[in-house]
Amino acid sequence: MSQPTTPPAEGITRRDMFKGLGATLGLAAYAKALAPLTEWKPFESVEDFLQKHYSELSAVDLEVVLKRIEKDTKKQYGADVQVSADRPQPGVKFGYALNLSICIGCRKCAEACHKENNHDRPSHQSYIRVLEMSNGSLDLEKGNAHYDHPVPAKDKFYMPIQCQQCDHPPCVDVCPVEATWKEPDGIVVVDYNWCIGCRYCEAACPYHARRFNWSKPQIPAAEINPVQGYLSNRIRPQGVMEKCTFCLHRTRNGKLPACLEACPTGARVFGNLLDPDSEIRWVLQNKRVFVLKEELGTKPQFFYFFDA
Amino acid sequence: MPESATTVPSGAAEFWRQYPRFLARVLWEAFDGSRLFYAWMTLLTAVFLVGANAWAVQVRDGLAVTAMSDHVSWGLYIANFTFLVGLAAGGVMMVIPAYLYHDEEMHDVVIIGELLAVAAIVMAIMFVTVDLGRPDRFWHLIPPFGRFNFPVSMLTWDVLVLNGYLLLNLHICGYLLYMRFIGRKPNPKWYVPFVFLSIVWAISIHTVTAFLYCGLGGRPFWNTALLAPRFLASAFVSGPAFIIIAIQIVRRVIHSDFGEGPIRTLLNIMRVTILINLLMVGSEVFVEFYTGGSHTSAAHYLYFGLHGHNALVPWIWSSVVMTVIAAGLLLSPRAVADRRLLNLACVLAFAGIWIEKGMGLIIPGFIPSTLHEVVEYLPSVMEWKITAGIWALGFMIYTVAIKVTINVMGAGRRHFSVLPPEA
Ligand code: SF4
Ligand code: SF4
Repeated sequence: MSQPTTPPAEGITRRDMFKGLGATLGLAAYAKALAPLTEWKPFESVEDFLQKHYSELSAVDLEVVLKRIEKDTKKQYGADVQVSADRPQPGVKFGYALNLSICIGCRKCAEACHKENNHDRPSHQSYIRVLEMSNGSLDLEKGNAHYDHPVPAKDKFYMPIQCQQCDHPPCVDVCPVEATWKEPDGIVVVDYNWCIGCRYCEAACPYHARRFNWSKPQIPAAEINPVQGYLSNRIRPQGVMEKCTFCLHRTRNGKLPACLEACPTGARVFGNLLDPDSEIRWVLQNKRVFVLKEELGTKPQFFYFFDA
Repeated sequence: MPESATTVPSGAAEFWRQYPRFLARVLWEAFDGSRLFYAWMTLLTAVFLVGANAWAVQVRDGLAVTAMSDHVSWGLYIANFTFLVGLAAGGVMMVIPAYLYHDEEMHDVVIIGELLAVAAIVMAIMFVTVDLGRPDRFWHLIPPFGRFNFPVSMLTWDVLVLNGYLLLNLHICGYLLYMRFIGRKPNPKWYVPFVFLSIVWAISIHTVTAFLYCGLGGRPFWNTALLAPRFLASAFVSGPAFIIIAIQIVRRVIHSDFGEGPIRTLLNIMRVTILINLLMVGSEVFVEFYTGGSHTSAAHYLYFGLHGHNALVPWIWSSVVMTVIAAGLLLSPRAVADRRLLNLACVLAFAGIWIEKGMGLIIPGFIPSTLHEVVEYLPSVMEWKITAGIWALGFMIYTVAIKVTINVMGAGRRHFSVLPPEA
């Protein structure tokens, strides 16, 4: 390296031949190393790749996208599904409340979520975690999500936790590409076709409410729930974030969330916070409710209360 | 030097004639050199290819090939990213003495630090890229087609400041080398303002990167105002540590003896910064452990383990031991004359901070999780391969950049300078 070398003007020397050989081998090695990329199928079509952000899709665009997703689901999973994009209804803001006095920790809600939302089967994914807590403490640190004995156990109470649909959602603030946002009816959603998978929102959420698709979800055709929403329970692509959406494909059509329907004790109360006659409003007015980690200022729209 | 050194025509035509030749020369330098150079580059290429292959598999099969989970959702990649942003910022510790204090000798070698910034930022950006679940959607970040959540998302700030810092340093180094190549005196108007901007900018990249973490209210371990100052203090240890070693290697390769003064200046800087860094670590440790309570369980996990889980304990104590020994060595009067001792101190400080600003900072943010579950994390083999690959690429970039610099300037010079002497 002591002399600056300049390109030789003419003639091919041995050195050049070695260099040529080296370059060829090098290129071959590069091709070999990157070969797995050829088996990577992040999108089924160019339109898929170029798809715009959800909020920028026209009605026609959206129709095309929904059809394409149905087709791709058929192709990849062998299931016939209907994907809709229900809009939030004016005058509706959803809230959820949970009665800790009667929850028995059976995890039926978590199971219902698993099926309703077409979660990955092998990992037994669900948006709901149920913590077993000891009487006398509301400290989450004393909770245990991995209890494995008949419930309810003596001197324990149970606290299911899912997305709190915060009014000040830190997950939304941190997203660099606006792939996640809060809808007018209060539900925080993710555009699975826009998320780049940086997982900043997962770090920002104080309630462990977000889930990442570390690999392509696996689910047998027969078990797929065919009633699907673009922003909710359609099968998520690999490498993107997902979360609880209060089953918006159901609740925006007047139904109740799957977790509520599955609860055998009636511990869950769901409804429109803007409707003064709703059951959720009755709970907020007549029970002493609290929210998790209130000190963080996230303003959860998921409330807990005790009966007695 | 090419013959153009004597002819001094100017204007755009000249630029378009010369600039491609300059680039060709840079490319030529990258592929031509001594046996040692070939051996080194081949080794790095091999490591890089192992990493590239692992990355291709990761992209195909998903991030499930890493050891990350919904509990510990960032790992070795983001740890390295954080450290490298610091390394890039650390290069500025040569720029400040050179330009603010008119340290003539430092002025001569300052490009070693600026090129380090370039290589480190490229690596940092690559670490973020390999961490993405959907690299194919990278364009979603770029307006007008993408949607850039600026200024709310700190990550968008980071994208801006990191790329800005890269461009700044590329411009400064590229301009000086090009002028040298065509044999003209660089016009201070075209680089001095950028150099001053780069000083402020260097502080900003590490501050913004700290804000990524400390702005998250749900992660008590990161949610401390001391994070950004701590980042800076440690950056000003790791940067100079690397540069001291780099200067000595370059000297040996080109049989020169430049850089004694700068090494001493950098040593003096490290003597202060490493103590400030230790002071801040100590102060945080005090608050965590004296106060107690559940907010401190992450620090507990990091230093002593929690509920029988202690994967990070050996990491952090190695870091503590290495940093303390390094501080002791640096402060000893012998460090000035005894090169072996100084180099050992630099290696220890560098490794200690790599752990502290990497695994020791990122992982405890997730353990225990926000619902206080303890799920541990140790990087998978795939993550190590990809990490090694990116470091190899960084070393390749740095090696070629330094080699171009040496050869464009003409080898064997006592002064290793692309700059005109200061007025
Ligand atoms: S609970 Fe988490 S995911 Fe849900 S809105 Fe709040 S911060 Fe976002
Ligand atoms: S993982 Fe997706 S939704 Fe979450 S912050 Fe990153 S881009 Fe946004």
